[in-house]
Amino acid sequence: MIEYEEDDYAAESTKWYQRRLSGILTKTKDKKATPDGLWEKCGRCKAIVPSKDWMNNNYVCPQCQYHDRIGSHEYFEILFDKGKFTEIAKNLSSGDPLEFTDTAPYKDRTKVAQKKTGLNDAVRTATGKINDQKIVISCMDFAFIGGSMGSVVGEKIARGIDYALEHKIPFLMISKSGGARMMEAAFSLMQMAKTSAKLALLHKAGVPYISLMTNPTTGGVTASFAMLGDFNIAEPEALIGFAGPRVIRETIGKDLPKGFQSSEFLLEHGFLDFIVPRTQLKDTLSNLLQLIWDKKTTKKETT
Amino acid sequence: MATTQWLDFEKDIAELHEQLAKAKETHEKGKLNMTDMIQTLESKIKEAQKAIYSHLSGWQKVQISRHPERPYTLDYIEHIVTNFIELHGDRQVKDDKAIVGGFGQIDGETYMIIGQQKGRNTKQRQYRNFGMPNPEGYRKALRLMKLAEKFNKPIITFIDTPGASPGLEAEERGQGEAIARNLFEMATLNVPIICIVIGEGASGGALGIGVGDRVLMMQYTWYSVISPESCSSILWRTWDKKELAADALKLSAEDMLKNGLIDGIIPEPMGGAHHDPETAYKNVKATILKEIKTLKALKTDVLVGQRIDKFSNMGVVVESEE
Ligand SMILES: [Zn+2]
Repeated sequence: MIEYEEDDYAAESTKWYQRRLSGILTKTKDKKATPDGLWEKCGRCKAIVPSKDWMNNNYVCPQCQYHDRIGSHEYFEILFDKGKFTEIAKNLSSGDPLEFTDTAPYKDRTKVAQKKTGLNDAVRTATGKINDQKIVISCMDFAFIGGSMGSVVGEKIARGIDYALEHKIPFLMISKSGGARMMEAAFSLMQMAKTSAKLALLHKAGVPYISLMTNPTTGGVTASFAMLGDFNIAEPEALIGFAGPRVIRETIGKDLPKGFQSSEFLLEHGFLDFIVPRTQLKDTLSNLLQLIWDKKTTKKETT
Repeated sequence: MATTQWLDFEKDIAELHEQLAKAKETHEKGKLNMTDMIQTLESKIKEAQKAIYSHLSGWQKVQISRHPERPYTLDYIEHIVTNFIELHGDRQVKDDKAIVGGFGQIDGETYMIIGQQKGRNTKQRQYRNFGMPNPEGYRKALRLMKLAEKFNKPIITFIDTPGASPGLEAEERGQGEAIARNLFEMATLNVPIICIVIGEGASGGALGIGVGDRVLMMQYTWYSVISPESCSSILWRTWDKKELAADALKLSAEDMLKNGLIDGIIPEPMGGAHHDPETAYKNVKATILKEIKTLKALKTDVLVGQRIDKFSNMGVVVESEE
C-alpha cells in the first residue's frame, strides 16, 4: 500500500524544512521580515522566480504551472479568509500503540518528525470561512512521515467530520499521503474504516463533502476518504492511485504508460469531477458550494 | 493427519509421523507387534505438537495461514452452507473470480455469503488471481451486500487475500474507489455483518469486505496493513527481516484481539485448519450461529450505531492540554 519509502519521506521532509528555515514559507504577516532577494527555482522548468511572486502565485510556477509541494500551513493561508481559522483537535499526537521498532523506534521517528516540521502529526483540521462560507478543512502534511495515516490522522479527520456534522458545515479534505503508516500496522488500516464510516454519517445528514487530491495521494488514503467525495477533485498532474507505481511496475514487469495515475488520467477514467489549478482553488470551491449549499437552511435527513 | 506438506518448523512432528507410519506398516504386515511403539510415538507427537503450536511466532502463524491445503472460502461454503446459489458479476465490467458470493442457508436460515477465493494448483491460482480482487470484485461484493440488505438477510464474509490486485487495469478501473465505496457502504448496511479472516488479511484488500458487526479471526491467521515481507522490504530495506516484521506488526489473532481491533478468535484444530478441516468447519459454523443470534436481537439502528461506534473508537492517540 505504501509507495513512498522512508528515504523519500526523509528527503521530502528535509527539503521542506530547509525551505521553511530559509524563510520561504513564512506567514503573510511576517513577509516584511523576509529578506529581499530570495529566489525560488522551479522544480521542473528551473525558472528562477522571486520568492514573493512564487508565494503570491500559491506556490505554482508562473512559467510552467508546476505545483510545488506545500502543507497545511500554506493551504490554510491560501483558502481561509484573511488566513484566519480555528484549529480542531490541535494537540493530538501518536500513542505508539504497538511499541513499534524497525531500524529505529517509532516513538523516536515521530519526535524527530515533530521537531523537524513543527507539526504534531500528518494532518491538521481547522474551521473558518472561504469567501464568507463556513467550512471545515482537514489538510495533510507530507512533510510529516510522508503524510502517512496513523491513529492521529484518522482521529483528526474524524473530529473534523464530527464538527461539520454537528454544525452543518461543508467538509473539505485535502489529501497528500504515501498511504498507511506501517508503524501503526492494523491501527492504521482501521483508520480507513473509521473515516469512511464517519463520512457515511455526513452523507446521510446531507452535508457536502469535497475531496481534493494533491500530489501524491496513494494507498489507504485513496482507498478510503480521498475517493469518497460528493465531489472528487484534484490539482493538476498529481499522482493518485491505490498501488504505487513502483509496486505496479514490479508486478507487471514493464514500464508504466506516460501519465499513468496522474490527475488527468483519473479524470479521463471517470474518477474525478474536475481538475483545478491551485491559483483558482479558493474561488472554485466557493462557487461550487454556492451552487449547492444554502448556508441558512438546515438540510433534512436523507437516506 | 491430513497434511502432506509440512512447514519448516514442523520438522520434528513430520519425522515422528514418518516413524509412526513405518511402525504401523510393520505391525499391519504382522511381522512384529508394534503396539507399544505406536503408542509411544503417538504420545510423542502430541507432546511435540503442544510444544510447537503453543509458542508460534507471528511469522509461523503467517506460514500456517498460507498453507496450500488450508480450507478456502468455497470449502467453508461447501461444508457449512446448504442450497448455495453463486451469483456472478458486478454488472459493469466482468465477473471477478477472486471474490465469490451468493445466497445460501445455514441451519435453515438464509445468508449472503461472500469471500475471497484462492486456487489450489497453478491453473486455479491464475484463474483466481491468487485471491487478489480487482475493482469489479469489490463492486460485485457490494452489489451482493445490497441485495442482502434488500431481502433483509445477514451477511457473512470470508477474508483470505494477500491484497487487492496491483495492476494497470485495477488502477484504471479505480481500485481505490472500489474499496473506499465498500467501507462507506458497509458502515451503514441495515443487516448484520459477520466477517471472518480464514487465512490472510492483507491490507485494504481485506478490509474491503471487512467492515462488520463482528470481525473474527481464525486462530492461525493474520490481519494487518501490509504483509511482513513487504514491511521488511520497506522499513528494513531487505526481504530477510520478515520474521521481525511479523512480530513488530502484531498481526496475529491474539494481538489483534488484545488491541481491540477484532471481536473474537475462532479456535482451530491442532496445527491449523488443514489438519482437521471438519473441526474447522464445525467451529466456524457454531460461531456464526452464536453471533448471529445476538446480532439479530438488536434493532437495526442500534446494530448500525454500534458498528460505526466500534470503528470510530479504533486508534490510540495522546491528547495534551493546550
Ligand atoms: Zn516551472
